[in-house]
Amino acid sequence: MSDTMTDTTTRMNMIQAINSALDVMMARDADVVVMGEDVGYFGGVFRATAGLQAKYGKTRVFDTPITETGIMGVAIGMGAYGLRPVPEIQFADYIYPALDQLVSEAARLRYRSAGEFTAPITIRSPYGGGIFGGQTHSQSPEGIFTHVSGMKTVIPSTPYDAKGLLIAAIEDNDPVLFLEPKRIYNGPFNGHWDRPAENWSKHPGGDVPTGHYRVDLGTAAVVRAGEALTILAYGTMVHVCAKVVEEEGVDAEIIDLRTLVPLDIATIEASVRKTGRCMIVHEATRTSGFGAELSALVQERCFYHLEAPIERVTGFDTPYPHSLEWAYFPGPVRIGQALKKIMKDV
Amino acid sequence: MAEDPGAPMRPNMPRLSLHVPEPRFRPGDTVDFAEVEIPAAGAARRPDTGAAPRDFAELAYTMVRVLDEQGQAVGPWNPRLAPDTLRRMLRDMVRLRAFDERMFRAQRQGKTSFYMKALGEEAVAIAAAHALDAEDMCFPSYRQQGLLIARGCPLVDMMNQIYSNTGDKLGGKQLPIMYSEKRFGFFSISGNLTTQYPQAVGWAMASAAKGDSRIAAVWCGEGSTAEGDFHSACTFAAVYRAPVVMNIVNNQWAISSFSGFAGAESTTFAARGIGYGIASLRVDGNDALAVYAATQWAAERARTNAGPTLIEHFTYRAEGHSTSDDPSQYRSAGEPTAWPLGDPIRRLKDHLIAISEWDEDRHAAQDRELAEEVKAAQKEAEKNGILGHGLHQPLDSLFDGVFEEMPWHLREQRAQMLAEEEASGRPWARK
Repeated sequence: MSDTMTDTTTRMNMIQAINSALDVMMARDADVVVMGEDVGYFGGVFRATAGLQAKYGKTRVFDTPITETGIMGVAIGMGAYGLRPVPEIQFADYIYPALDQLVSEAARLRYRSAGEFTAPITIRSPYGGGIFGGQTHSQSPEGIFTHVSGMKTVIPSTPYDAKGLLIAAIEDNDPVLFLEPKRIYNGPFNGHWDRPAENWSKHPGGDVPTGHYRVDLGTAAVVRAGEALTILAYGTMVHVCAKVVEEEGVDAEIIDLRTLVPLDIATIEASVRKTGRCMIVHEATRTSGFGAELSALVQERCFYHLEAPIERVTGFDTPYPHSLEWAYFPGPVRIGQALKKIMKDV
Repeated sequence: MAEDPGAPMRPNMPRLSLHVPEPRFRPGDTVDFAEVEIPAAGAARRPDTGAAPRDFAELAYTMVRVLDEQGQAVGPWNPRLAPDTLRRMLRDMVRLRAFDERMFRAQRQGKTSFYMKALGEEAVAIAAAHALDAEDMCFPSYRQQGLLIARGCPLVDMMNQIYSNTGDKLGGKQLPIMYSEKRFGFFSISGNLTTQYPQAVGWAMASAAKGDSRIAAVWCGEGSTAEGDFHSACTFAAVYRAPVVMNIVNNQWAISSFSGFAGAESTTFAARGIGYGIASLRVDGNDALAVYAATQWAAERARTNAGPTLIEHFTYRAEGHSTSDDPSQYRSAGEPTAWPLGDPIRRLKDHLIAISEWDEDRHAAQDRELAEEVKAAQKEAEKNGILGHGLHQPLDSLFDGVFEEMPWHLREQRAQMLAEEEASGRPWARK
């Protein structure tokens, strides 16, 4: 990690941290442009781009027609010209119309042109559930993109990481999908939906430098050191896992992956070899989800160190429901039971 | 749910019927293109380049034509080109046809896996390239190799790509003809249709946002206008008044599907632009002067911040779709020769002869000269190898360029591949 702390640090929620990252990058690099549905004058439906158009002008921050494939195709063309576009897809659930441009074009442009043309674009998109978003405001499609060669996939879990990772993503010369867990935009949701919401002011991850710093892509963070088992998680689930571990009194090592591709395999391997147990937690549906890749990697690389089968705790293989949200969401009960199962022979 | 073929639900209403388009002629049919409406050369109005998009409604349904039946250039769209320019365009078109002929044959000889000709469509790319500035950025489909030829890309370089040989700067990673030539303002060709359309609009928007003076041009076939990307590109181009020239090459066929399956029975493709608020022209795509004039007009419109232009080039795909296609299976063999707009090369040649700037002997000599030039280039390219004659690229280059820097998982897979080669005992393993 090459985090370079700047002198001033202030309290930010994740929205403010993302807004700050965009502000910092737009000020540093005249080629950075922000585009998407409602991102301009209005400042975004989640306020992530608030104030940017007033500060940088309409040719650098602009509203677009409602066409995800158009947004992505135009961003790729702008990238080919030499700009560094940061398109927003309003909800990750609506990224599918842009799939062809992402998979067939952005991800392959460098490869197919032998480096003549590149797609230095960062696609920001709110993702994940826990907000009563129903079927089309809750999905976690990361596994679709981690399967695409030529794309990077990044998911932050704190305001500090969100800003540092987003800056690193914008500076990266390859296409990066930057998925923002909208459930934790305002606070580190711990899975207890029936208790008062927390905000970022009491969480150390809410201390964010005001200037430029990077959290390098491809680096995981050990958010809780432990000896009993390794928990691999990202996004909202990092906080849910931390709470369950605290409640169950298990000495778990929690790794926040932060970047899914390229994955920080060294940190994962070192941890599982130490603990001998591995639990993988994500909101996304189970079958062919990113957890399957993690499980396979751990099994291949840590087989002789494993003392129990690898556990996957995920969303169910159904579309994301509305009224049954908390039965679907991999919350404290499901994670707690998996913890007991993986630790039962200790 | 299949409905019972009984009485209609509402007895006073006719039974609904589904219309499935069918081309006029199928294999074995005698072709008569009398129903294809060909307006007279010189008849179409030439609006000011700053005219409002709504002033183009009738132009989108007629056809801009310059060369008449006597080979004379007539009407307001006559670009009044110098004879030298006309001869250069003719020369590039002949060179393209010779190149296509040679590479098609190379595929049939097993020297490469695949090729696509532009026979009959030479004017569309060549005349456009002559009307654009060299700095303007082109986003072609796979049938605009004429842009590269007109911009002076060495034929050997193009052939190297087709052969995936040691001289292929794409390192054998791309299917033949999917060129990428940044130095000639030619964007990397993708196999996925019409993805280049919004990309071109984005490039043009970037140029405008940066206060540049370069414009973008983009091409797709009429079949590809059915893709969603065509729609989103038109919307973006109109909304931001992007400096882009959007070309639709209506060659009547999308592989085996006639243009009716892209909507041609009910409208023209140029007319689609009007609905988006885009100035739209429909031109005789086999008339190099009309293509030149329309492109030049559209480029000027773009350069003066007056916005995008959509141009439908009405032409005919005289050959099969590709070397993998046999058109005799779905259309009448008589179509290419019966096509009422003729051969673009013959028409430009006849014009030059009609104005006493060319003659049959010079033309025949040029045919021979360019055939020799292409043959020599082929010989040169084949020194770098042809497809199937061993491996032309270093094996581990397979992993280059997926990302700017190679991540651990690709490094591991590369090591695995090299170990496989070691184990296989094949001689070219690490060359």
